[in-house]
Amino acid sequence: MAAQRSTDEFLLKMEGISKAFSGVPALHEVRLEVRKGEVHALMGENGAGKSTLMRILSGIVQRDRGNIELGGRSVEIKSPREALDLGIAMIHQELNPVRAMTAAENIFLGKEPCYPFTGVVNRKKQREMTLKLFRDMDVTINPDKKMAELSLAEMQLVEIVKAVSCQSRIIIMDEPTSAITGREVARLFEIIRGLKTRGIAIIYISHKMDEIFQISDTITVLRDGRYIETRPAKELDHDTLVKLMVGRKISDMFPKRTVAPQSEVIFEVDHLTRRGLFENISFKVKKGEVFGVAGLMGAGRSEVMETVFGLRPADAGAVRVHGRDVRIKSPADSIRHRIAFITEDRQLKGLNLKATVRENITLVNLKNFSLFGQLLQFKKENAVVDSEIEKLRIKTRHRNQIVRTLSGGNQQKVVLAKWLITEPEIIILDEPTRGIDIGAKAEIYKIIAQLAEQGATIIMISSEMEEILGMCDRVIVLYHGKITAEFAREAFNQENIIKAAMGTWSAN
Amino acid sequence: MPAQTTNWRSAGDFFSKYGIYFAFVILAGTLAIWKPSFRTLGNIDDIFQQVSVNGILAIGMTLVIITAGIDLSVGSVLALSAVVATSFAKANDQGVPYHPLIMPLALGVLTGLACGAVNGVLIAKRRLAPFIVTLGMMTVARGLALVYSQGRPEISLSDAYDAIGEGLAGPGGIVLATVLAGIFILHFTRFGRYVYAVGGNELAAKVSGVNTDRVLIGVYAIAGALAGVAGIVESSRVTSGSPSAGGGYELNAIAAVVIGGTSLNGGIGTMGGTIVGVLIIGVMNNGLDLLQVSSYWQQVVKGAIIVCAVLLDRKSRS
Repeated sequence: MAAQRSTDEFLLKMEGISKAFSGVPALHEVRLEVRKGEVHALMGENGAGKSTLMRILSGIVQRDRGNIELGGRSVEIKSPREALDLGIAMIHQELNPVRAMTAAENIFLGKEPCYPFTGVVNRKKQREMTLKLFRDMDVTINPDKKMAELSLAEMQLVEIVKAVSCQSRIIIMDEPTSAITGREVARLFEIIRGLKTRGIAIIYISHKMDEIFQISDTITVLRDGRYIETRPAKELDHDTLVKLMVGRKISDMFPKRTVAPQSEVIFEVDHLTRRGLFENISFKVKKGEVFGVAGLMGAGRSEVMETVFGLRPADAGAVRVHGRDVRIKSPADSIRHRIAFITEDRQLKGLNLKATVRENITLVNLKNFSLFGQLLQFKKENAVVDSEIEKLRIKTRHRNQIVRTLSGGNQQKVVLAKWLITEPEIIILDEPTRGIDIGAKAEIYKIIAQLAEQGATIIMISSEMEEILGMCDRVIVLYHGKITAEFAREAFNQENIIKAAMGTWSAN
Repeated sequence: MPAQTTNWRSAGDFFSKYGIYFAFVILAGTLAIWKPSFRTLGNIDDIFQQVSVNGILAIGMTLVIITAGIDLSVGSVLALSAVVATSFAKANDQGVPYHPLIMPLALGVLTGLACGAVNGVLIAKRRLAPFIVTLGMMTVARGLALVYSQGRPEISLSDAYDAIGEGLAGPGGIVLATVLAGIFILHFTRFGRYVYAVGGNELAAKVSGVNTDRVLIGVYAIAGALAGVAGIVESSRVTSGSPSAGGGYELNAIAAVVIGGTSLNGGIGTMGGTIVGVLIIGVMNNGLDLLQVSSYWQQVVKGAIIVCAVLLDRKSRS
């Protein structure tokens, strides 16, 4: 009888879920069991497989192996449509409503109440139904307002109401608080508690520890695409949870550097301001130093670096290289000052996926492979490309393989290679290990450490705490476009960095 | 040093790269066996004459399409360049020209270049969609051609100008030069590499320090200048510069580029593919003529082949 009970108990059972993307395993035998009316937090570092698991559950990608049971019945979820029909709704981190339509129209998109036999939308009824939904959930939004006129928090509520209106049994929330503030978060949590009483299960993904302990009933931890553990939230504390998520000693991952940073300041940003994005950003970086930039997503870290590099204009402030003011108006200016920028999103900003390894590696430095500035010197190009492939151990069949077909880690190495052949003095890395597997991560850390030892000046943006703690000599923390703290390595403290990233830290 | 090997994952890999060349050989071979008149020197000369203008336009169009753009204006720009060029190529009753030959040639090419540069600046600097900009230019250039010529074709051209389009040597030489220049620019220069970079991922190219605006303006200017060259060849072949010349030529050029395996999404394509694409359209037209297929049906067949070529291409890539 016990077996019988356990299947009744769980609303959702995912078992033995495996998934690989072009040969790179993202999930291996993962399981997740969610009860009716609970908030189930899904925890893990970036790249642990949380989002892949949720994309499988919401029908966006298909699993390779494994079994999904919903209410004791085995189900196949082949599309987001089918997921919705089964009562699984996902509230994405980046909301994507039809902005030109009203709140009511968005909620009833695709299931508008119509006058009989006509197909004409009964707007009055649609409005009344929306108001009723809002009333039931204590939401006070004008249903006739266009989505574009709502705040992010309001849009999110509309999305949740929409999910409820679809008779959803499971609502997945991916980083729902990443773009909203304290009072709005409290409001969201009230709504979530309301949903629980209706028996709706919430799968909650967030990196904010305090929220997890505040709202969740059960916590499942994934690491490197594998299932680690599921426990009631009450039985866990902050440190235990972090240990489960990280699962290894940080020193295993990060190489020891034998050369200390030198005293000479190479790179300096002075009161850089861009209204609406960041203000008064000042820092100095020394030769051979690895300088971290921490903060939450949307704190303005990438925007600062993109401005420094000449991809965005600044309103005020100066950038100095070797103590001299430099005017950087485009990436070409930065490259001339021997600055390299390994961008955050390699597929979007780093690589031409349709081109070969060779064409990508030499793009920045192509002038050096061109006779009279134009005539390509293929022999010279091939020689340099082959040596980079060997040096960085890029796993590619040959230099003319299309970059799209490489794994994430090898793609990232191609991005590194294309900048390293410019022999840069200042290297800006924006989330250099996002979405790549552990082995490639360790290799990239090794490369970064070597570069610093050879005297390069390194600025590394990262959202991964252990990466900041393991790699950096110094770190600044950004919150809402302002520097809230700076810590030297001796004073590194995970808790203080997190507090500074959430704007709640003060030196006293 | 690793051995220079070519690792074909499968026959499909090989076919997707060279299939179009085989298709051409099979098409030409079948016709040569089936219709002996196809393989006469006179007929081959005819084919080259017929494809010369489309060949010149398709070279420029290839560059534009690899940047993920499109140029709908080349047919009209051809006409504008033709009327400008021929207005300086007139001769008196004795056939003596009023201006030296260099005048119509230079002005014809410059007219095309200017139109293309305007397209490029609007697309690169004002971030307008290439489709819209070149659609506008298509109408503007046609209008300017009519205004400039007052709606009448320029006739009684100098013998020297008429000679450009005579025989295989004239247009043949120009086409050959254009083809070689096209291959050189796209596959052997830094600019050519940037054309792929912009079409493959414009943002990544920008981050890598590529002046993407300059590349875009460059390709549209080249496409315009080649439309000017095509205008000279066309007007000299028919010995008159007509403001209504070149109608629909942009679509033939796009068809040749697409049949040649260049992706309308940008970043992928070769000059060799385009040249074969041009030849396939030319041989097909010629073959259908020889087989006495009605010109009405020829259009149906041509359209179907374009769509099939793209379908096959997509299949072999995925």
